[in-house]
Amino acid sequence: MGNRYSIFKLIRHGLRHNEQWPQAWRSPEPAREYDAIIVGAGGHGLATAYYLARLHGMHNIAVLDKGWLGGGNTARNTTIVRSNYLWDESSQLYEKSMQLWEGLSQDLNFNVMFSQRGVMNLAHSLQEVRDTRRRINANRYNGVDGEWLTPEQVAERAPGINLNTRYPVMGASWQPRGGVARHDAVAWGFARAADQLGVHIIENCPVTGIRTRDGQVEGVETGKGFIRTRKLGLVVAGHSSVVADMAGLRLPIESHPLQALVSEPIKPVINTVVMSNAIHAYISQSDKGDLVIGAGIDQYLGYGQRGSFHTIERTLQAIVELFPMLSRVRMNRQWGGIVDVSPDACPIISTTPVKGLYINCGWGTGGFKATPGSGWVFAHTIANNQAHRLNAAFSLDRFYSGRLIDEHGAAAVAH
Amino acid sequence: MLLIHCPWCGPRAETEFSYGGEAGIQRPVGAATEEGWLDDEQWGNYLFMRRNTMGVFREQWVHTHGCRRWFELDRDTVSLAFQPAPQEPT
Repeated sequence: MGNRYSIFKLIRHGLRHNEQWPQAWRSPEPAREYDAIIVGAGGHGLATAYYLARLHGMHNIAVLDKGWLGGGNTARNTTIVRSNYLWDESSQLYEKSMQLWEGLSQDLNFNVMFSQRGVMNLAHSLQEVRDTRRRINANRYNGVDGEWLTPEQVAERAPGINLNTRYPVMGASWQPRGGVARHDAVAWGFARAADQLGVHIIENCPVTGIRTRDGQVEGVETGKGFIRTRKLGLVVAGHSSVVADMAGLRLPIESHPLQALVSEPIKPVINTVVMSNAIHAYISQSDKGDLVIGAGIDQYLGYGQRGSFHTIERTLQAIVELFPMLSRVRMNRQWGGIVDVSPDACPIISTTPVKGLYINCGWGTGGFKATPGSGWVFAHTIANNQAHRLNAAFSLDRFYSGRLIDEHGAAAVAH
Repeated sequence: MLLIHCPWCGPRAETEFSYGGEAGIQRPVGAATEEGWLDDEQWGNYLFMRRNTMGVFREQWVHTHGCRRWFELDRDTVSLAFQPAPQEPT
């Protein structure tokens, strides 16, 4: 890598008033043919391209996006990273991702600002205490760190929390290795690293059709003309059903608006991630100082990247109940993204009945934490035309065999 | 917040309603196999596969905190605007 970032470069360019930094990635025109094409230049798509080039020797590949890279859900999520899922299949997948997170900044030569400040999942009822303890035990069997916190320990780690809410805090699970990362930097880091390995990232290039012959992918029709390929990976989150439909593929996905909001920047008050499934609230504080708060999905199907006001109002009610000290903090910005919700709250990372067509979708409300792991297993799936051990259970087939992985308890609400 | 026109109660706030998803999904009937059972593919399609339309979409709502009746509406899933369509009880 000739364009490696280092302390010396930082000093040198600093002395030149930072005016001569080279472009972080190119903006090439599409070639006529690629060995593989990834549709969707979000975190997952770029990670897929990076690992395809880095680990599977496929350098003649392209990532297409109808907008700009990292402009969809990668830019809109609440940046939480954790791996404390209940079932073996998912906890192993998310733990793989966690391990990649831990070396990601070095690996990509790009600071993704991964901060392992710990993630706390509150329990508000006796049943939730039992479920949470069970999940901690399951996590530990799977090599995922987890501890039980008493209400006093919760208050110690999250000062200002009101334990005697309408639904009192009866304890929490604690994953010390969890935390947050800088979402945009993840997309930029993967984009830059993939670009340096020869990957073409082509923005403003919407896919309008998928050409197949005898059940084999031949290429994609795009806003920049037809591009030939025999391996096509779809990583388009909320638009998965729309793009898959171009190949005649039906998916068990429903797209819903998911909203989030940030407050005005304030001094550090919350130095960990606090999540609560029961009252539906989760909050962390960014390095800039804004409180990052996520709502639940809106009930209706929608592609509009916006949702209803009462949805965020309800979330803020829960936040204020949990942290009364925040009642006077003003909210700065609020936005919505389109999430691809699957029936069992688990992703689909799979081959499809169409040869050469691969799909990575269904991450729903919580895909950010899986960005590197998702790309890692999807790259393996595309390169070998076969799922890796870690994503074999996440096939499209499971909706016909009935082997669903029901993560609604650990995954569906708070992300 | 959506303003939903209940065919019986008129325009009401979205918070009074619950969503029922895609309309017109029919449980496949009739003998698909010789034994009369549905095969896995039919069953999976019926239970899980959805149109997830981007554009005008026929969907079900129930007026939970009102007349408690189900009805269908057409809505553009991009603009979120309901389409003028006959609102007949189902």
